[in-house]
Amino acid sequence: MSWETVIGLEVHLQLATQSKIFSGSATVFGAAPNEQADAVDLGMPGMLPVLNEEAVRYAVKFGLGIGARIGERSVFDRKNYFYPDLPKGYQVSQFFAPIVCEGVFEVALEDGTLYPIRITRAHLEEDAGKSVHDAFSRETGIDLNRAGTPLLEIVTEPDFRSAEQAVAYLKALHSLVTYLGISDGNMAEGSMRCDINISLREKGSDALGTRTEIKNVNSFRFVERAIHSEYERQADILDNGGSITQETRLYDAEQNVTRSMRSKEVANDYRYFPEPDLLPIVIDAEYIESVRATLPELPGAKRMRFTAEYGLNEYDAALLVPNHSLADYFESVVTAGGAAKPAANWILGDLTAALNRSETDITDSPVSAKQLAGLIVRIEDGTLSSKLAKQVFDALWAGEGDADQIIEARGLKQVSDSGALESMVEAVIAANPAQVAQYLAADEAKQKKLSGFFVGQIMKASKGQANPQMVNELLLLKLNDQS
Amino acid sequence: MSVSPQDVEKVALLARLAISESDLPEVTERFGRVLGLVDELNTIDTETVVPMSNPHDMHQRLRPDAVTRQNNRENLMASAPAQDQGYFLVPKVID
Repeated sequence: MSWETVIGLEVHLQLATQSKIFSGSATVFGAAPNEQADAVDLGMPGMLPVLNEEAVRYAVKFGLGIGARIGERSVFDRKNYFYPDLPKGYQVSQFFAPIVCEGVFEVALEDGTLYPIRITRAHLEEDAGKSVHDAFSRETGIDLNRAGTPLLEIVTEPDFRSAEQAVAYLKALHSLVTYLGISDGNMAEGSMRCDINISLREKGSDALGTRTEIKNVNSFRFVERAIHSEYERQADILDNGGSITQETRLYDAEQNVTRSMRSKEVANDYRYFPEPDLLPIVIDAEYIESVRATLPELPGAKRMRFTAEYGLNEYDAALLVPNHSLADYFESVVTAGGAAKPAANWILGDLTAALNRSETDITDSPVSAKQLAGLIVRIEDGTLSSKLAKQVFDALWAGEGDADQIIEARGLKQVSDSGALESMVEAVIAANPAQVAQYLAADEAKQKKLSGFFVGQIMKASKGQANPQMVNELLLLKLNDQS
Repeated sequence: MSVSPQDVEKVALLARLAISESDLPEVTERFGRVLGLVDELNTIDTETVVPMSNPHDMHQRLRPDAVTRQNNRENLMASAPAQDQGYFLVPKVID
């Protein structure tokens, strides 16, 4: 049987506020256990939540960023379940009236086509604490530093048909929220966690199959692998005439399998009801417009502008734009006089490779945008061959000054003076009579190959500084003169 | 609305309440009476009424995003039955 995968995603996004959603505790990652948890976060009796205005603003910003409708009156609800890292016995969330309502998010696929994903809703909620199972032999340790961290849960319709589409969406979402500045998007620290709802159906069918939910996947690669492995599992069951049990599963990256989470089987009845300790959030048009005025240029618009304004192809634009800092760096290079296409090539090629090797972020690049522009200017005006340019780039990286200073200090100017080149070519021809004879006896195809020997000798003699194009032209002329 | 003993057992489990076998019939009966009262409310036509999420006719005040609480772990942990290395300890939970 041929199966089609149907996937919907729920992303839990940590909002980049200084303090928690309902208390004045800090949200910094990595503090010692329970040092950032106050009486509200601990669910002490009598404590009351007070809502953080920045969390509301960030949620609205997100809604506007995807063109969604903003709930003019949204309400917090209690989601009731028992778990030791949820001290109140309920999570404050939004169920009946979320702050961000339906919208459509257009995801650019690799070939540049836009794939619309329907966003069902996005709602504000508080994060739970963390359970530490392996540090103690007979107990579980509870760290409530994360409890009360503001989350935006972003829910899609089941609009994905492949793991690749799901990952493309997550990457685009990651890019969007970092552009908006509402989350640091640090996946290793859990700032973006993903639940995957997945079911299979016969190709061509409109009905939805029974789905499973894979909880808490925290990297793009794991999302892709979890979907593939769950597809295999479900297809295997269905191919053998079995049926899928609706359940919550966990992805085990080491074994590359998903496993049933038995503890969640009985608990999936959250008995939501309105949170009596919080009043409705009322958002008027004036507020929405004031937030809209703070929206930066978003990735989709920037990609289009980069192709239109700088003549970049879709591929380069799609690589430059998702990382806000990289896109800014590119524009700084162009502003400083570097031609756009070579700028994109250098940034995505040598610079990115060097940054990756040294695990440095573009914002800390040892080669400034202005310096890279200076290098590109010297390539474009013929001062540097591509080979010399790489030497200059390495020197820029090593902090030896600007391109012009390095060219001067190392005497790297490309030799384009035809008189000087001519004598170099003649000297090499004179020094290698045997090769010249071989060249003259060869047919045209072979001659092309053999000329490489002479070019190599000349470049060596010029310490790599000869203009290779001119060398080629002169060489052919001189060799044919020998016959 | 009629409530079965199984409904009561399920709600008790979700609320982590222990109801003994012998108490179950009486609790089920009382439960049913309360829900019967709520059922009466369901007969009222609320088609045109905006759902009320809070009895106060006000909306939520917001606070500025500022860290106003410093580490107070020692005091807050003073009444915890078990703790170690800054963690609250609970009986082992494994998923």
